[in-house]
Amino acid sequence: MTDPAALVAGSASLPSATLATASLGAPAGLAQLAPAQATPSWLASGPLFGLPLPALWFALLFAILATFLFLDGFDFGAGILFATRETDEERETILAAIGPFWDGNEVWLVVFGGALFAAFPPVYADLFSRHYLLMFGILGALILRGLAPEMYEQRHDEAWQRWWGRSFVAGSLLAPFLLGAFVGNWVAGSPGSLTLAGAVVGATVVALAVVSGVAFLRVKTRGTLREGLRRYGEAAVVAYLVGVLASLGALALASAAVAAAVATPPVLALVVLSVLLAAGYVVALRRGRDHLALAAGAGLTYGLVAVVALLLFPTIDPASGLAVDEAIVSTLPLNLMSIGAALLLPLVATYFVVLYSAFSGPARPSEAY
Amino acid sequence: MVDPVIASRIQFAVTTIVHIVFPVMSMGLAPFLVYFTWKEIRTDRPIYEQLRRFWTKVFAVSFVVGTVTGIVLEFEFGTNFAAFATAAGELFGGPLAIEGMMAFMLEATFLGVFVFGRERVSNALYFVSSLAVGAGTWLSAVWILIANSWMQTPRGYELAQEGGRTIVHLTDPVAAYANPRFGFMFVHMQNAAVESVALFMAGVAAYYVFRHHVWGYPIQHVGFWETTLKIALVALLITAPLQVLHGDLYARHVYETQPQKFAAMEAVWETESYVPEYIIAFPTQLSDITDPRAKELFGFGIPGGASWLASGGDATAEIRGLNSFETEAPPVAIVFWSFRAMVGMGFWFILLAFWGAYRWWSGELFEDGLLHKALMASSLLGILAVELGWIVTEVGRQPWVIQGVMRTSEGVSPGLTGTEATITLAGFVLVYAALLGLYAYVIARIIRGGPPGGDDLRTTADRPAGPEAPPAGVTGDD
Repeated sequence: MTDPAALVAGSASLPSATLATASLGAPAGLAQLAPAQATPSWLASGPLFGLPLPALWFALLFAILATFLFLDGFDFGAGILFATRETDEERETILAAIGPFWDGNEVWLVVFGGALFAAFPPVYADLFSRHYLLMFGILGALILRGLAPEMYEQRHDEAWQRWWGRSFVAGSLLAPFLLGAFVGNWVAGSPGSLTLAGAVVGATVVALAVVSGVAFLRVKTRGTLREGLRRYGEAAVVAYLVGVLASLGALALASAAVAAAVATPPVLALVVLSVLLAAGYVVALRRGRDHLALAAGAGLTYGLVAVVALLLFPTIDPASGLAVDEAIVSTLPLNLMSIGAALLLPLVATYFVVLYSAFSGPARPSEAY
Repeated sequence: MVDPVIASRIQFAVTTIVHIVFPVMSMGLAPFLVYFTWKEIRTDRPIYEQLRRFWTKVFAVSFVVGTVTGIVLEFEFGTNFAAFATAAGELFGGPLAIEGMMAFMLEATFLGVFVFGRERVSNALYFVSSLAVGAGTWLSAVWILIANSWMQTPRGYELAQEGGRTIVHLTDPVAAYANPRFGFMFVHMQNAAVESVALFMAGVAAYYVFRHHVWGYPIQHVGFWETTLKIALVALLITAPLQVLHGDLYARHVYETQPQKFAAMEAVWETESYVPEYIIAFPTQLSDITDPRAKELFGFGIPGGASWLASGGDATAEIRGLNSFETEAPPVAIVFWSFRAMVGMGFWFILLAFWGAYRWWSGELFEDGLLHKALMASSLLGILAVELGWIVTEVGRQPWVIQGVMRTSEGVSPGLTGTEATITLAGFVLVYAALLGLYAYVIARIIRGGPPGGDDLRTTADRPAGPEAPPAGVTGDD
């Protein structure tokens, strides 16, 4: 940051009269700039309606993350299951199933990044720069996943489609793995990105993506493709439960704070709930109730992210020791963001209702790109 | 290993320079797509379905590549510019978060309906989805430009020391977000996007029209390309003059609010009045290219022109020289030459628009081969001009990341190592070059494939079938 003297010199030497109205000036003069000059005082004086906004934003942040992990999770799962399909028609059907949705689903990650930046700027900055290469790994995987289907449909010769098909699978596999590794390292408070806990949580999130992916594709497809998916779903949900236990173990080993938080009733209750949801998922698949299976996948995802949030709270970044109340932005921007989110998120929900109801029912392969 | 500050800056430059191509295409195409959809629904004529479907393909590819390259930018503030993100998050994070919720969501969800849903939803909902996608792309620009313009003309904040860090606190959201630069940037950028797309459409259409009418090759759907050319010319005729006129106001505003950038744009080192405007400047020696100095350039200058431009009519107005600022000058050569190239192209586009309009009026639009060649050669120049304009804006404000408040070098992540930064820089150069190449390849394939036709169309031709029927699509309607 510039030293104040230079700042004064810099601004005082600017010629225009417009600067006279600006608050760009010497820190000494800033005291006179009462924040309430143009801003209603109720916006700046305290949290809206006296709500515990820092904790609510912490919850909202993880709700956004969970929504992303569920919605784009089934896209990732569909991408991984793409590898198990041999025929052109089945592969095209998988692409058609996620075609209209994945872009909107991925925007939840953008909103997560934006919300973290807006509500907890130091966490956004510290966390993302700490796991620098991991973040770019995630972005690279997302680029591959997003680009590959678009490219796959461009040409129909075998070598081209083999290459882009593999890229699609690789991107769909790497993205949830690295995202899981990021979350694992976040919770464990590890200074580096290459950790056992990160890898175990990453693998768990991959299994979860397959769980949701199977349910989603069964909703969107018919015939042999749909029948063949069930065994992958059952295997994935078992792998997921094992992964959850392994993740909690690995995180507890890596962090004393997590070890203390794991044995608390809310976390244990969520683990039990996950086992019940997993059983429900298997039953729903066997009875052909695919929408229920998808709902169980959603429940598992929100449950997992809720566990993550519980392990962190009231800290938000264990590596730097920042608590939620310390990392939150000041009152005025927090109130503004809260109003913005309260108005916009319900609207966003209606967009998704329109989108998913416009494309309800089985996917048609001709709808691929 | 490259220094982490330099590597971060080059990486951000590379990723933004590549990324901006795609939003320009999607923002510029948006009004055309809304128009095509409206006309398709209202008139039920096949030409509009062809136009809508063909340009929607281009839009969809641009949007997908824009999404994957854009997420990178949002994350780079945290990964590479953590000190900036921590200090300015209060003012800068909010617009990005609102952009995601208000604009990007609207775009990305309704794009699914718009691209895949013509058969599935009603005409009304389909038209609404075209509007939603278009509004989403433009709202996105609103919030991104609010964030950027605040860095150019910061307002409505105060500085505080917290835990050893200087934090920028938001005090007046209206002053901060409706800062003086925002309006200039938004008008200039959105008009530039439409102008760039109009040039692109005109160039592509001119290619087919040229082959058909001048060379005499049979071209399928030549009427489609003729209509495309006319629509693009109308758009160019509106946007090209507006861009230059508005650019003049914008430059004056830069003179008032960012005098150091303005001095770099004009390569004025010593403060003086009656500064000439070099419309054409010739470097007479190598050093003029790398280190241009207005006084030493040989060129065609309007006496007092730069002073006149800056002050809005006073040829004797004083322009502060770069030597009078406490901070080091931005890289003057990049700013000076980029500005000249951009302005030069802006005038060229006006000439193209009037040339095309004259030929259209005289009934020779499809016969003037030289015009077609000029349009083909200019098809990508609009996008190039946008790039150069942003280079003037962003290089010109150096060494500041927030004008007068925080230097770019102070914004870089403190823990970032040269090795990490070099790895990702190399990765991005490779991946983004490949992305740009793939994008060009896909767009070229779409263009070669031409518009959908015949049985593929859902609307029926509005002409009686018979030997006297005119060729499909040659309608002259615009």
